[in-house]
Amino acid sequence: MTIRRILIANRGEIAVRIVRTCQRLGIETVLAASEADLDSLAARLADRTICIGPAKSSASYLDVDAVVGAACAAKADAIHPGYGFLSENQRLAQACAGAGIVFIGPTAAQLDAVGDKLKARSHALAAGLPVVPGGEVDSIDEARTVAEKTGWPVLIKAVSGGGGRGMKLVHEPDKLAATIELAMAEAHASFGDPRVYLERYVASGRHVEVQVLGDGENVIHLGTRDCSIQRRYQKLVEEAPAPNLRDGLRTAMHEAAVTFAKHLEYRGLGTVELLVDCERDTFYFLEMNARIQVEHPVTEAICGLDLVAEQIAVAEGKPLRFTQDDVHLAGHAIECRINAEDWTQDFRPSPGTVSHAVFPLGEGVRIDTHIQTGARVPPFYDSLLAKLIVQGADRTHALDRLRHALAQCEITGVSTNLPMHIELMAQEEFARGGVNTAYFPWFLENRATALRDPCVAKGR
Amino acid sequence: MKLTNEDVNEILQLLDAGPFDELNLQTLRFKLQLRRGGDGTWTQEAQILSAPNLLSPATAAAVPAAAAASPAQHSTQAEAEHLVPVRTPLLGTFYRAPKPGAPAFVEVGSRVEKDTLVGIVETMKLMNSIYAETAGKVVEICAQDAATVEHDAVLMRIEPEGA
Repeated sequence: MTIRRILIANRGEIAVRIVRTCQRLGIETVLAASEADLDSLAARLADRTICIGPAKSSASYLDVDAVVGAACAAKADAIHPGYGFLSENQRLAQACAGAGIVFIGPTAAQLDAVGDKLKARSHALAAGLPVVPGGEVDSIDEARTVAEKTGWPVLIKAVSGGGGRGMKLVHEPDKLAATIELAMAEAHASFGDPRVYLERYVASGRHVEVQVLGDGENVIHLGTRDCSIQRRYQKLVEEAPAPNLRDGLRTAMHEAAVTFAKHLEYRGLGTVELLVDCERDTFYFLEMNARIQVEHPVTEAICGLDLVAEQIAVAEGKPLRFTQDDVHLAGHAIECRINAEDWTQDFRPSPGTVSHAVFPLGEGVRIDTHIQTGARVPPFYDSLLAKLIVQGADRTHALDRLRHALAQCEITGVSTNLPMHIELMAQEEFARGGVNTAYFPWFLENRATALRDPCVAKGR
Repeated sequence: MKLTNEDVNEILQLLDAGPFDELNLQTLRFKLQLRRGGDGTWTQEAQILSAPNLLSPATAAAVPAAAAASPAQHSTQAEAEHLVPVRTPLLGTFYRAPKPGAPAFVEVGSRVEKDTLVGIVETMKLMNSIYAETAGKVVEICAQDAATVEHDAVLMRIEPEGA
């Protein structure tokens, strides 16, 4: 079928980004917005806007019935769920099927297969992918056996956890029993699911992911992204391709991601997250994200594709429009997430009204944003204001452009983390490429210590 | 007509060759300001002005109520002068209890210490604890549970000890 009208069940920059592709493709857009977003940039750009409930996301963006009801009222052929909110929600996928609406995403069964970490892990094992040594544990005895096999230290993870929640590090055997009990109790309280599993703790790891696209039969990859710059499991900088990876390792990662997606007969756009174990020079499967991701523009920059357009095409039931051989990855791209956070005040959020929003223009520079001069940044949602994406012939070139572009950005009225990005991009370690996930917390801590030293603070 | 990134880039190409360092363009639908910096590179400040085209669904309420408690609304009483306000440092959603259905942290008449937790303000998915900061008695609660509160809004008032 041909999709002619899409309901966008999301907000912020991703809603704007989806509208832009639809406009280019001649597809009508209806934005499903909460009361807090009725005059947002996405609402101004969409052909129509429909209110789906109050500001609180549980009563609007997370309400399956309100979203499907809005799609029916607007006579939309399809729903694009963006990222976050209901993007990986099986109930939404099923409700769409029930209402005769195309869900722009994988099937409900595929969402289920990657929905919990343990299920995804068992699929990865079945597909022959390497996983972090470990497994599910029901009792303390079992935990001891598993831990002896994986080696110390170990990480206890809640099966239903995510985004860094429900994880505990255990350094020595003496502490295992108590920590397992605590982890199970907390998992039960937080997620309504007491199951936990145990994994070897990778001390020096990089977060590298592979973008895949499938039509239900064929799957291709669009290269790697490195997302190792994170604070409390929130990504802040992403780049494509992942720098300084041994060629053999990179190829093996591409192949693993495609194998996994093929095993699921995956249809749609997805990301296979991998953990690179720097000390052992190997990688493990972590999880799969069955949706478009915040950092997709860095992949678009190096492969020249519009991933939202490809998502729509496969959702229409079309076969992939190109083969792996047609995909050419060129150059290097880096994205900075510009958030309404004051990094000098422990990343305190800063909602409010944007008095000025000035962005760079020019070759190799892209801005994905939902803010403009006069825009109100509501306090109800996440703090992402804009993504600055730069592209260059190689990483050095991209970094030069990024430093210049960051200096050109001017956002006033709310605090932003722009100064943090400027400082990070001046660091030698980052410029060398391929830092592990411990680097960024170290950078923050180091800087805090330096600022506490009165001599450094005075610039002596 | 909609303003696309391609449009802006085309306008930029025309300008690049010209002598001007600034372009201001305003139509009913958008406002665009392009500026050339000292090094020859450009910045943009764009504003989409077109109003959203709201489709009224059968189920949605006619007028969205986005009333936020304003900072100065509640300080009318003359006796309020000796009372100490508890303010929110952030714009956000005020909660009087740790979770829905749970008893409130404090009620009117509650005795509080400086470090008594009196509420939570949720801002951009982060929970910020609000402490009394003054020892005494809660005499007025100015913001409703789950209400949006502006930066620096008064949440409650405390009669300080010995006052």
